Amino acid sequence: MHQTQFFASPDALAAAIPDGIKVAIFKDSGAPMEAARALVRRGARGLHLVTVPTAGMIADLLIGAGCVDVIETAGVSLGEFGPAREFADAVKSGRVKVKDSTCPAIYSGLQAGEKGIPFMPMRGLIGSDILASRDDYETIENPFSKGDKIVALPAIRPDVALIHVALADRFGNLWIGRQFEQRIMAGAAHRTFATAEKIIDGNIMEDEKLSAACISSLYVTGIAPAPDGAMPLDMPGHYPMDLDRVEDYAVASGGGENYQVWLRDHVFAKPLAAE
Amino acid sequence: MTPACKPEEIVISAIADLLGAAGHIAVGVLSPIPGSAALLARAKTGARVSILGSTEPEFRSNEGVDVFDAAGQGRIDAFFLSGGQIDGAANINLTGIGDYPQMDVRWSGAFGSAYLYFQVPKVILFRDEHSRRTLVEKVDFISSPGVSEDGVYRPGGPYALVTPLCVMMFDRAAARFTLKSIHPGHSLDEISDQTGFKFDIPETVIETETPDGATLNLIRGTVAQAIANPYPAFARDMFGV
Repeated sequence: MHQTQFFASPDALAAAIPDGIKVAIFKDSGAPMEAARALVRRGARGLHLVTVPTAGMIADLLIGAGCVDVIETAGVSLGEFGPAREFADAVKSGRVKVKDSTCPAIYSGLQAGEKGIPFMPMRGLIGSDILASRDDYETIENPFSKGDKIVALPAIRPDVALIHVALADRFGNLWIGRQFEQRIMAGAAHRTFATAEKIIDGNIMEDEKLSAACISSLYVTGIAPAPDGAMPLDMPGHYPMDLDRVEDYAVASGGGENYQVWLRDHVFAKPLAAE
Repeated sequence: MTPACKPEEIVISAIADLLGAAGHIAVGVLSPIPGSAALLARAKTGARVSILGSTEPEFRSNEGVDVFDAAGQGRIDAFFLSGGQIDGAANINLTGIGDYPQMDVRWSGAFGSAYLYFQVPKVILFRDEHSRRTLVEKVDFISSPGVSEDGVYRPGGPYALVTPLCVMMFDRAAARFTLKSIHPGHSLDEISDQTGFKFDIPETVIETETPDGATLNLIRGTVAQAIANPYPAFARDMFGV
């Protein structure tokens, strides 16, 4: 089995994520923002994003910076800061193809992926235009109950799951706290790359309490240190959202020169954590 | 002397009344008014309330697969949904306006609605704008349908629609709304004028009840305190906490 690779920085990690692949990212709280900025800095192109199951600023940023061709999502919004305008503009113009879904359908697809089975049945969806728009979703009959219709969702196997965690160890184990959907992502993805607030010398798996909320190094391809790596979004248990910075983003987004200035100042100038 | 009742407090109280004896009420994201109503129902009936986005242990829910699995098993009795457009058959549109996929206006997307609308027995639609723009004859995109054909497993669905003007009840068999009550200060003419879909009008249309002093004290006390997490700005602006 391979050993987890350690990168010096999120930028070095982003260099190991090739263009054109399917990348799963976790919904906003604790999202890998510094890794996303590193992808923008390296000029990533043609990504197929899978948001787990929704996303906010991180997806909008990757789209606004031109890194994304396809987004599979249950919803993209800046929440209290309003609509995700780069996302909306890119979908309207056709620059980004959207594969609309609903939250549990994305989880179900990933769960099929982590189990190594071809699909997962799920209730709901029938009669929606989401189902009508998805030629990869199939309505089937429940084999155990004649006439009972149910939707079959194909397994989702992202090439890469990209996450940010509070704690990693030198053996490649990740502590994910309450955000255990990240374990579904890692299980479903071919490779998992993580940035970590802190990398410790010991082995997380030796601790009964910590090890209950872990992703084993079996699943982890690469780790880079990224203190404040979710900023300006919140990192549960570590820091709150920087409301002013997120609002600055919301104001600058929506196309045009202001957005380019924002990218220059907040992405290309220097890592946010160093400011 | 209790300060005058705000329009939002009438809406909160009306939604709490609609929740009735629901044992477990879940509240989605960006829902401060439904969240307040759920907390008011809890103060009155002892219902369990899960608020997505809350970090209070009492209301905290796992926002990932757990909430959907719980709904799938019938462990959630009531939930709230909304829409950029809602039509007369209770179809909701959270996706956008115009021809899909390159729509003229693109909204966030369906979130969990295309599942939870089917699974939760009592879904209350709340929309903070009552106009022909939001309440339309037919939605441009069905993010989640109001009713389903035979053979589709659907223990849940729309129960009522609450707006700043009125309360309407939904008849799933007829796939139509019926006006139930008009909020104080508004009229049937105004509602007919501002509603883009056809709805039934009963012989007697009552006025939405104004919450009594005890209810207002609950709203401005325990409810206001609890809704401040996760909606601090709402709690500050609405209740001064």
